Amino acid sequence: MPKRVIVVGGGLAGLSATIRAAERGMIVDLFSVVPVKRSHSVCAQGGINSAKNLKGEGDDPSIHATDTLFGGEYLADQPPVKGMCYAGPSIIDLLDRMGVPFNRTPEGHLDFRRFGGTLHHRTAFAGATTGQQLLYALDEQVRRFEVQGMVEKYESWEFLSLVIDGNGQTRGITAMNLWQREVRVFKANAVIICSGGPGLVFGRSTNSIINTGAACSRAYQQGVWYGNGEFIQVHPTSIPGADKLRLISESVRGEGGRVWVPKDAADRRAPVSIPESERDYFLERKYPKYGNLVPRDVATREIFHICTVEKRGIDGGNSVYLDITPSQSKKSPEVLEEKLGGVLEIYRKFVGDDPVQTPMKIFPGMHYSMGGLWVGYGDRGDMIAQMTNVPGTFAAGEAEFQYHGANRLGANSLLSCIYGGMEAGERAAKWVGSHSDEAPEAVYSTEKKRQDEINDNILKMSGTENPYALHRELGDWMTSRCTVVRDNAGLDELLNKLDEFEERWKNIDVNDRSVSANQAFGFTRALLDMIILAKAMAKGARMRDESRGAHYKPAFDLAKPAAEKLGNAHDHDGYRAYAAEIAAKWNTTFNLPAKSDKPITPEFGAYMDRWIEIQKQWNRTTIAKYLPGQQQPEISYRDVAMTVEPPQPRIYK
Amino acid sequence: MPDTISLKIKRQDSPDKAPYWETFEIPYQPNLNVISALMEVRINPVTRDGKKTTAPVWDAACLEEVCGSCSMLINGKPRQACTALVDQLEQPIVIEPFSKFPVVRDLMVDRSRMFEALRRVKAWNPLDGTYALGRGALVSSETQQELYHFARCMTCGCCLEACPQVNEHSPFMGAAVLGQAYMFNLQPAGSSMAHERLDALMGPGGHGDCGNAQNCVRVCPKEIPLTDAIAAIGRQLTWYSVKKFFLDRGGKKKEASGPGG
Repeated sequence: MPKRVIVVGGGLAGLSATIRAAERGMIVDLFSVVPVKRSHSVCAQGGINSAKNLKGEGDDPSIHATDTLFGGEYLADQPPVKGMCYAGPSIIDLLDRMGVPFNRTPEGHLDFRRFGGTLHHRTAFAGATTGQQLLYALDEQVRRFEVQGMVEKYESWEFLSLVIDGNGQTRGITAMNLWQREVRVFKANAVIICSGGPGLVFGRSTNSIINTGAACSRAYQQGVWYGNGEFIQVHPTSIPGADKLRLISESVRGEGGRVWVPKDAADRRAPVSIPESERDYFLERKYPKYGNLVPRDVATREIFHICTVEKRGIDGGNSVYLDITPSQSKKSPEVLEEKLGGVLEIYRKFVGDDPVQTPMKIFPGMHYSMGGLWVGYGDRGDMIAQMTNVPGTFAAGEAEFQYHGANRLGANSLLSCIYGGMEAGERAAKWVGSHSDEAPEAVYSTEKKRQDEINDNILKMSGTENPYALHRELGDWMTSRCTVVRDNAGLDELLNKLDEFEERWKNIDVNDRSVSANQAFGFTRALLDMIILAKAMAKGARMRDESRGAHYKPAFDLAKPAAEKLGNAHDHDGYRAYAAEIAAKWNTTFNLPAKSDKPITPEFGAYMDRWIEIQKQWNRTTIAKYLPGQQQPEISYRDVAMTVEPPQPRIYK
Repeated sequence: MPDTISLKIKRQDSPDKAPYWETFEIPYQPNLNVISALMEVRINPVTRDGKKTTAPVWDAACLEEVCGSCSMLINGKPRQACTALVDQLEQPIVIEPFSKFPVVRDLMVDRSRMFEALRRVKAWNPLDGTYALGRGALVSSETQQELYHFARCMTCGCCLEACPQVNEHSPFMGAAVLGQAYMFNLQPAGSSMAHERLDALMGPGGHGDCGNAQNCVRVCPKEIPLTDAIAAIGRQLTWYSVKKFFLDRGGKKKEASGPGG
């Protein structure tokens, strides 16, 4: 068997995996539903995090790791988060060498800006189209390998399934040419799934409309575990549209943008004529230290609350102002253009107003899945970094669950895609080196036959449902029951509804039997995969009776004591015992600060006691396993690896 | 205000079939773009005359005009369908596939020739490896801004569609790739391969095939100064030809890079 690796997906993670595997001498077959240059990574705007400390602030990868773990409410396995944050500076150097046109300081060094969930300037950026610039740089390197014969691209090909042999080992994939509906088998003993996120499960989101999540769902239905599926990031600032929710980057706030509503809900004046004293900058009011740069889940809940509970949105509706005008951001129109041009252009083109002249109107929109295919975090006996529970199947990027815990910090996704992709490429190459035997032909022909049958059956479907209309319903249900605010009654309704959607799916009229670029057929097939993946998310949310990061269930929320009653966790004896317990479990030691003489208030003591109980029950990874023939997945939990630091209550000030 | 939106779509079932037209009407909604309108058609693929048909096929991904997927001719203009706002368009909105590329189906075309052109001009920076080698060269803010203009090219193909020199009888690679060659020749690392790019642009389909119609720069959705790049590449080629002439005569091997724009 030649040294061959298959990569599914050509975004930042897929291209990084491809480059690293090719460097290790692998021949890489790279599959993508679109030309890789059109992958969803292009949509990332604000930047990429790395503790380069080029602003003399004493930033350090260890602080980056703490910000990331804390921001994700300690749900992420800690060893890979640490690995990613320590690799950050060299990844930025690499991108710089590849020619990414990062913005520069007067001396010619990389410029860095602020982003949410940190107090440091840690985000390198190329205007406000950083994802596009990174993707192109990697695409160019892959093109170099392509010309050398190391990489073969299969663009406009869709992954259909893994080929898994009788021993449970990965042997390749089946994929379908989207222009000619031809199904083929591709052989390789290592497959890396980098297919991105599942935005389309929520109907309209900030995602590209190619992000169905179908590839992950297909792997999941073949036995790959799905981790932390209920953790869905809703970005605080997007512009709602009929076709999608367009992202307005967090970098707008990083560059001084301020979020506000009129103090008087009945105030109908144009925003620029409302004096500052009559505006409620509610994020700055509630979080004096982080202000507009609280993490996304926090900002989203606050905006949601202002609009839906307090009914203080603009004109009583669902939007608030995001104000980057020069008087607010203290930046000149020229500087705004240089640093945020791409995002200002989106607002101008789609809304028609100029954000430099008048505040933008924004509302939260589904943005990112922290959850994804479960992958291992260490090269130990029982797991390999970036490898799923199916030997030989790896995953990287948003397709996997690993780096962001319960909430992702802005500008960490580009880093996790590149780091995870490189790690996966490295491990896959090594895996192929030690697993070079060839599977019997029947393993492949059986899987090919199974896929042909699935396709034939879908092409015969001639019921009464329209696949796109059913998809719209799926999106509406998932958005209303499984995003910002969740409750068990709503989630039960949702789970029933998803069963109903699965039944109704069988009654779809595919309406198009043609061979040539048959999108209705392809979408119908993906829609069932979306419904099945939605169940893993909804069931995980239903079962998790707590609030953590992006998963917010008010009925189980632990109220925080008032600011003046708060103390230090490390002054609390129960907390010290809890930390010691974790250290013993993970065979490590934590250097907690010495106890201070600040007294523990009864309110804070009671809060900490309850908080520790909740951690013991819920600070665990959700694992969804697909059960063939069953309507709902099996949910179980795994311990989170805590080798870097003990969890602490996530309170932003 | 009209209560419907009318879309006249040029359809083609497969590459070898003849094209035909179908007209659709959807209920009016404010603030739609052409993609949203096409999505409405997809939900109820029935023509204005009540004929049940298949959903039109088109390419789209980001819908924010950064991926370059949804290129179409809309009322005769090559552009991205996501930023084509219905309220600003004359009706019926006439939607056709690009004419300079092979049709795959309906509005979907095969633009792989553009990626082939990027391979031909070696549109990348050399890289020793992904291992740690420290930071890249310092770059002035001015150079970064110049690079950034061209780095926003999303290979959408509008510049090729608008170009009179691009047609089925001509090998001309089009403006996009000239912009990319200019950008890489300006890169600190990429400039070391400038002569290889210029060699690729000297031959058939290269710079010499540009007819200076300047349509490319007028239709580029990202307002990339393509004609500036074409002019700069022209100067680099002249300089390089002269150098090459003397180098060949002298038989000496010297560094032969362009003036770097």
